[in-house]
Amino acid sequence: MPKLAVWKFASCDGCQLTFLDCEDELLAVAARVEIACFLEASSAPGPGPYDLSLVEGSITTPEDLERIRHVRRVSERLVTIGACATAGGIQALRDFADVKEFAAVVYARPDYIATLDRSTPIAAHVPVDFELRGCPPDRRQLLEVISAFLAGRRPEVPAHSVCVECKARGNACVMVAHGTPCLGPVTQAGCGALCPAFNRGCYGCFGPMESPNHASLNHWMRGLGMSTPELVRIYRTYHATTEPFRRAAEEAQRSGEEFGEEEE
Amino acid sequence: MFAGEGDAVDAVVIESLEPLVAGLRAEGYAVVGPVVRERVIRFEEVESADRLARGWTDVQEPGRYRLAEGDAEMVFSFAASPDSAKPYTQPPRQTLLRMRGEHIEEAGQDAPRVALLGLRACDLAAIAVQDRVFLGGRHPDPAYLRRRRALLLIAVNCAVPGGTCFCVSMHTGPKATTGFDLALTELAAPHRFVVETGGERGERIVAALPHRPATAGDLDAAAEVSRGAAERMGRHVDTEGIQERLSAHDSPRWAQVGARCLTCANCTMVCPTCFCSTVEDTTSFTDGTAERIERWDSCFTLGFSEVGGAPVRGSNAGRYRQWLTHKFSTWIDQFGMSGCVGCGRCITWCPVGIDVTEELANLP
Repeated sequence: MPKLAVWKFASCDGCQLTFLDCEDELLAVAARVEIACFLEASSAPGPGPYDLSLVEGSITTPEDLERIRHVRRVSERLVTIGACATAGGIQALRDFADVKEFAAVVYARPDYIATLDRSTPIAAHVPVDFELRGCPPDRRQLLEVISAFLAGRRPEVPAHSVCVECKARGNACVMVAHGTPCLGPVTQAGCGALCPAFNRGCYGCFGPMESPNHASLNHWMRGLGMSTPELVRIYRTYHATTEPFRRAAEEAQRSGEEFGEEEE
Repeated sequence: MFAGEGDAVDAVVIESLEPLVAGLRAEGYAVVGPVVRERVIRFEEVESADRLARGWTDVQEPGRYRLAEGDAEMVFSFAASPDSAKPYTQPPRQTLLRMRGEHIEEAGQDAPRVALLGLRACDLAAIAVQDRVFLGGRHPDPAYLRRRRALLLIAVNCAVPGGTCFCVSMHTGPKATTGFDLALTELAAPHRFVVETGGERGERIVAALPHRPATAGDLDAAAEVSRGAAERMGRHVDTEGIQERLSAHDSPRWAQVGARCLTCANCTMVCPTCFCSTVEDTTSFTDGTAERIERWDSCFTLGFSEVGGAPVRGSNAGRYRQWLTHKFSTWIDQFGMSGCVGCGRCITWCPVGIDVTEELANLP
């Protein structure tokens, strides 16, 4: 039976919980694979090597740098799950600031803290076979990826916009109908358009879609009343350092200067 | 074969929609009509005519839709809803095949009896376009045919066209002339509906309703509704020489619209004629089966034109040009009719307000 391992790096454990939340399918998964190493579910890890490793979390400590190389060595296939492992996560906001300053403000003894200046995705350090987006990933997509790897086929994880799923689900566009700013048009599908289905704009937690046009969207969202700091903030969340969203925030700053707005 | 292909009979007048809704439900139809949900006119199943969006209207412009209070008495005082008949003729997602081991079986596709109440002339024209696409070629789609036969089409002649409407330019409206089982024109003072039938099925339904013959006054008032609507189109397209104009593949205009286009695919999703789909194969953990699923796709996705691992139309401009050119020009070569019915949905529901009528007007 193929052996599965689940690993955690800098993260909130939400992606692993998504796996545990597959209540209806979990026993079926366990019948097809040996869940050999999964500390969130069992404190008795089995020995490697593993056929498939699911990796949650980003690389933020010197020890992580070593451990991810070990994980790669003992894994036939390595799939990252979630925004942290795939894009550095919310903790990548440190990339725009001085992490030593943060540590000095937060901790009584900052010298006890061993942390890197940046939060980086797993693929920045080791080869990754597939990156599953989302904060957290979608349960269906997680099962699809595991299922595809077991079957030796390409996972069906489209890279188009959230809008495609949103309209197929039967939602009306919240931006058009309510004037609610929404990152759906520049964000990759996968969540099933969860937030727009509840009349919220998309927060972009699945990261940039295949051909994001942030300049056009930013221009329109300014018309809906968003300021430059607000625009920068919505891109600097889960995928702050993923290239298209990094550029989207920079574009907002640049075009804000053209608009003659003052920075906060 | 379908509604609207029999001889017309004399119009009648009904005073309430309630007997119609109740009668259709008694015949086993799910009645789907316009209701207000989340500040948008949506098409949903209704159990009673009371549930319909009476008293509401809408304000539509490029990239903007707002619900507004209208004449409290009127039931249909709004323009196109984001919903067309498409989800009922071509569901967003359907299972085609199921496989277990070597055994493959076709999935039985539902063809529910649905009465669509409140379709507009543009929606009927869009259904005719889809009929041509799915039934007109050498390989008619049997599942489409089953769904299509199970649909009962009740049109409403537009009284209040939207700011993005241009059915007059596309010669599809505002008055429904064909393709319906019943066509209603809503009149005020006193509130009533003139009902035309488009075939035997419609006649049978009307015969079972409380009604009276339409007078010359009723018919004049109904004609005035359509005349007035035709004069209040929010948009216009000059279709003269449109195929020649769209052959301007090198126009700088494409790069300009490409810079605005989000390639989000909203226009194709809300378009009542866009029919492109893709298939996905999935495997299931729980029961050991595999499924082949057909779902809506769009020429704005990169996967749509992926050949040999790379997209043929990688640029935004290329994808926008493909869509607009197909819709207004090569569709005519392919199917003998335009792919656009002038409903204006792609203009209203484009998140950044790209206006096809403006793009067409600005081509050389």
